[in-house]
Amino acid sequence: MIIVGEQINTSRKSIAEAVEKRDASYIVKIAREQAEAGAHYIDVNAGTFLERETECLCWLVETIQSELDLPLCLDSPNPSALAEAIKLHKGEPIINSISLEVERFQALLPVVISQPCHVVALCMAEISMPITVEDRVQVGAELIRRLTDAGIPLAKIFVDPLIQPISVDTGMGLASLGAISRIMNDFPGINTICGLSNISFGLPERRLINRNFLSLCVSHGLSAVILDPTDRQLMATLLAVEMLLNHDEYCENFITAYQNGRISDK
Amino acid sequence: MSELKALSEAVIKGDINSATAETKKALDSGNNAQDILDEGLIAAMDEVGRRFSKGLLFVPQMLRSAKTMQECMKLLESFFQEGDITSKGKVVIGTVKGDLHDIGKNLVSMMMEGAGFSIVDLGVDVSPERFVEKVHEIAPDIVAMSALLSTTMPSMRMTIEALKQAGVRGKVKVMIGGAPVTDKYAREIGADCYGPDAGSAVTKAKEILGVS
Repeated sequence: MIIVGEQINTSRKSIAEAVEKRDASYIVKIAREQAEAGAHYIDVNAGTFLERETECLCWLVETIQSELDLPLCLDSPNPSALAEAIKLHKGEPIINSISLEVERFQALLPVVISQPCHVVALCMAEISMPITVEDRVQVGAELIRRLTDAGIPLAKIFVDPLIQPISVDTGMGLASLGAISRIMNDFPGINTICGLSNISFGLPERRLINRNFLSLCVSHGLSAVILDPTDRQLMATLLAVEMLLNHDEYCENFITAYQNGRISDK
Repeated sequence: MSELKALSEAVIKGDINSATAETKKALDSGNNAQDILDEGLIAAMDEVGRRFSKGLLFVPQMLRSAKTMQECMKLLESFFQEGDITSKGKVVIGTVKGDLHDIGKNLVSMMMEGAGFSIVDLGVDVSPERFVEKVHEIAPDIVAMSALLSTTMPSMRMTIEALKQAGVRGKVKVMIGGAPVTDKYAREIGADCYGPDAGSAVTKAKEILGVS
């Protein structure tokens, strides 16, 4: 399972303050904590800075990578911010994300082929949000076709089935899970990725819902996830599920995490 | 009066069967349809909005209450002549240009309808021109805009500019909302108010129009 640590997002107050003050040591601390907790990529999102997003995103990339030898997940719906940030990035980032929305696709395609990178293909259609499994698979397949045609290898594409809240439509959990299964089956070698928090919008005890949803996603084949790796309960769930699905030989990862005090049942 | 209390409780619970039964009972015992609407249904939805804003009640419960109210309204409709229902105000609502997210916008529109506003929902990806056109056409009291992406927030500013250009900004109140939107942003772009959630959107809308 590929883990993307989601904590460096300026929608969080402490992160916004640190970015505003250019507090490099705080940002590096949060990045390092996530890396130590098991993150393979560190997500960086400065969307709340609006017109200043590009400069803030670029500052985050340089700040984190000057201290940590880790690739980042450049997270923005804004193609021009991504175009600038990717130039400064060392190694192969994940670009999060491209979709079928016309302007976004056209603006981002040149960016994702400009240098080696991974790309999140969000199952958002040109003119509407997907509802059913079929909607998601269709959009996903079309994105995969266009990206591979442009020369991006299948293994570097991460399809995001677009998680929508079950509070509004109780079928939305199954719609995402079904899409994950179908895409993993139909395109061997592809990755699927999602964040967890949208699923529980509008409901109480969201963390409980999120971690149960995570285990369902993993059992349906999800291969990458955006989450808070410092959440010990969530990471314990992830490790336990991977072990239960026979992804953890000799239960090594689970036991090691326990012995190192990285997971908890509380 | 007691049957309106029971009706209102059934709507708060989202119990369609009891609520429609109570509506029929209220009509049979001679209650005026407008009173049933105001004191039974709208009062209930106001309470639902209040509890939702406080975190005492959740989205599925809100949806269920709204659905219950809609079913009760079907029983009342024949008692109203066209345009007879007193509305708290006319609202044109939409998700702004470039943005396809509709969940938040739909929740707001549903709660405002429940509170007694009349709603014209323009859907998603609504251009500034389309908002202006609708304002000319129906002269609403409020234009409500939603954006879920930081990249589409500027469409809110553009819509306000377009309303100014068209000379109608002074004739409507503008309210905005959506996950990345803040109160500060609302002031910055010259909106009249910001609604952080569907329950508060109703309260804010009443405040800016000075209705209760």
